[in-house]
Amino acid sequence: MKIVVCIKQVPDTVEVKIDPKTGTLIRDGVPSIINPDDKTGIEAALQLRDQLGGTVTVVSMGPPQADIALREALAMGCNEAYLVSAREFGGSDTYATSGILAAALKKIGYDLIITGRQAIDGDTAQVGPQIGEKLHVPQVSYVEEVKEATKDYVVVKRQFEDGYHIIKIKTPCLLTAIAELATPRYMSVRGIVEAYEKEIKVLGFEDLKAELELDMIGLKGSPTNVYQSFTKEVKGAGTVLKDLSAEEAVQAIIEKLEAKFII
Amino acid sequence: MDFKLTKTQVLQQELFRKFAETEIKPIAKDMDEAEEYDQGLVAKLQKAGFFGIPYSREYGGQGADVLTYTLAMEEVSKVDASTGITLSVHTSLCCSCINEFGSEDQKQEFLRPLVDGSKIGCYGLTEPGAGTDASGVRTEAIKDGDDYIINGTKIFTTNSGFADTFIVFALTDKTLGPRGMSAFVLDRTMPGITVGENIERMGIRAASNCEVAYENVRVPKSRLLGREGQGYKIAMQALAGGRIGIGAQSVGIAQGAIDEAMKYVKERKQFGKTLNKFQNTQFKLAECQTKVDAARLMVWRAATSKDNHENFAPLAAMCKLFGSEVANEVTRICVQLLGGYGYCREYPVERAMRDAKITEIYEGTSEAMKMIISGSMKV
Repeated sequence: MKIVVCIKQVPDTVEVKIDPKTGTLIRDGVPSIINPDDKTGIEAALQLRDQLGGTVTVVSMGPPQADIALREALAMGCNEAYLVSAREFGGSDTYATSGILAAALKKIGYDLIITGRQAIDGDTAQVGPQIGEKLHVPQVSYVEEVKEATKDYVVVKRQFEDGYHIIKIKTPCLLTAIAELATPRYMSVRGIVEAYEKEIKVLGFEDLKAELELDMIGLKGSPTNVYQSFTKEVKGAGTVLKDLSAEEAVQAIIEKLEAKFII
Repeated sequence: MDFKLTKTQVLQQELFRKFAETEIKPIAKDMDEAEEYDQGLVAKLQKAGFFGIPYSREYGGQGADVLTYTLAMEEVSKVDASTGITLSVHTSLCCSCINEFGSEDQKQEFLRPLVDGSKIGCYGLTEPGAGTDASGVRTEAIKDGDDYIINGTKIFTTNSGFADTFIVFALTDKTLGPRGMSAFVLDRTMPGITVGENIERMGIRAASNCEVAYENVRVPKSRLLGREGQGYKIAMQALAGGRIGIGAQSVGIAQGAIDEAMKYVKERKQFGKTLNKFQNTQFKLAECQTKVDAARLMVWRAATSKDNHENFAPLAAMCKLFGSEVANEVTRICVQLLGGYGYCREYPVERAMRDAKITEIYEGTSEAMKMIISGSMKV
């Protein structure tokens, strides 16, 4: 089975600080990581490969720096890696990105595509499902568990807020992964050695232009444009609960969370 | 001269750091208190490839270099020196004997499972009467047909509490003193091997370190490493490389203590300000970091020398001598910076200080290092 995983290199938003003057993210010096949901996707793909045989191909659209994210994926055990990168692709929104990735996937070939549910920097959760639509393959997002897998179909558990669905879906298909799907393995020392011996294939503009909607790529071709990100202003002082014992405090907090339907 | 790590080494370091923070740090204190090394952690370390780092993929090893191995040693030792020595004895002492003196068959049979993450190894040289003075070795291996019968006692054998493979040094010719020593590869399962209780120690308490008795252990000649009489050379060569690991462990212990002190002094307030605002705190940490940086460079230099197949032994002795002194000094200063809380077991610096002491003693005392260094200078 040829499993292809789409990953994105993102700033580690746990580490990111907010500029107090502008309210925007300070990206300088922030470490880059594989988007967590995508890493889960890699692990799920590796487990499926162990089960069914075949290969895992990892693909990322990004600047040359995304190379290290692909090396990490190779070091976890992926068989091969592609970097989709070109000046013409820069500034793409989710619509443009998914178009470019779909073109890349057509070129690479696939039996099963796995993406992360959403990226921790954009938080749109759009690219995975958009790719599915552009490739005209069936898709299930928010996959919490793969219950059964064969080369012809998979049976998955899809998470909802208040329940779940069990869905059988024919291959080729696309799944988007959430954290509960798998716990990503560590790279191995040998994996890292071998990762740097492999060639990461680059797919640029010339490689993909035959399959692209040329006026729907890059900054100019993006129907949407994020021009500012900022943190929400905290309004109000909140309620201070004083003089409670540890047990009373826990009880009070639980009551408040229940009242707001958070738990 | 490029002092930077390669891209591969940087990614390796990231693996070691993340693993240490996530898997080792949360349980290090408990392991120390229980005086027992967590076998679940051993399995995770094996899976991630920590146990065969500088060994060739041809024999199932991880295929990296000695420098990468020192990166692993430093990162794990930052959070737990016991993990450092567990790794070091396996890699630098046990595996190297087989790698450098074993036949092709012996490497495939004995080295492979050690470096591919299946088995753990240990190294039995020291005896109750033989520490720095190797002529005190009394364990004997007497020829009996195609076998040898081994009798004797070894002490302070790290990892012996759970290791599968034991390198044992025994006299095949008593009349030749240390030159009559030979090296053998034993299995834990061989009848006659009795591993004692974990020896109660000041530090690295989680590491397994026991007395091992060998009573009429029958060992086939296929398990002799190299030739009869080569044992002393094999032992000393292994220790020469081991010193690079201990140098890296020392650097890790010291850097870990500095990192903890850095966090504390930015939070703790006395006399109306945080401790990091006082010049004494700033100067003490600057002195510590300078020494640790120097020790680290010495480790990297020794490791690079070994990777380049040069005469690394004096450099290794120097990096251990200096690194161990730095670890002891820096951890003592960091306990002082944390004050009363530094003395409490709730904070990890007291464990770092207890752990640091052994680095001046094992795998060759600081005094033995000075003998080696002055010898290489031809004083």
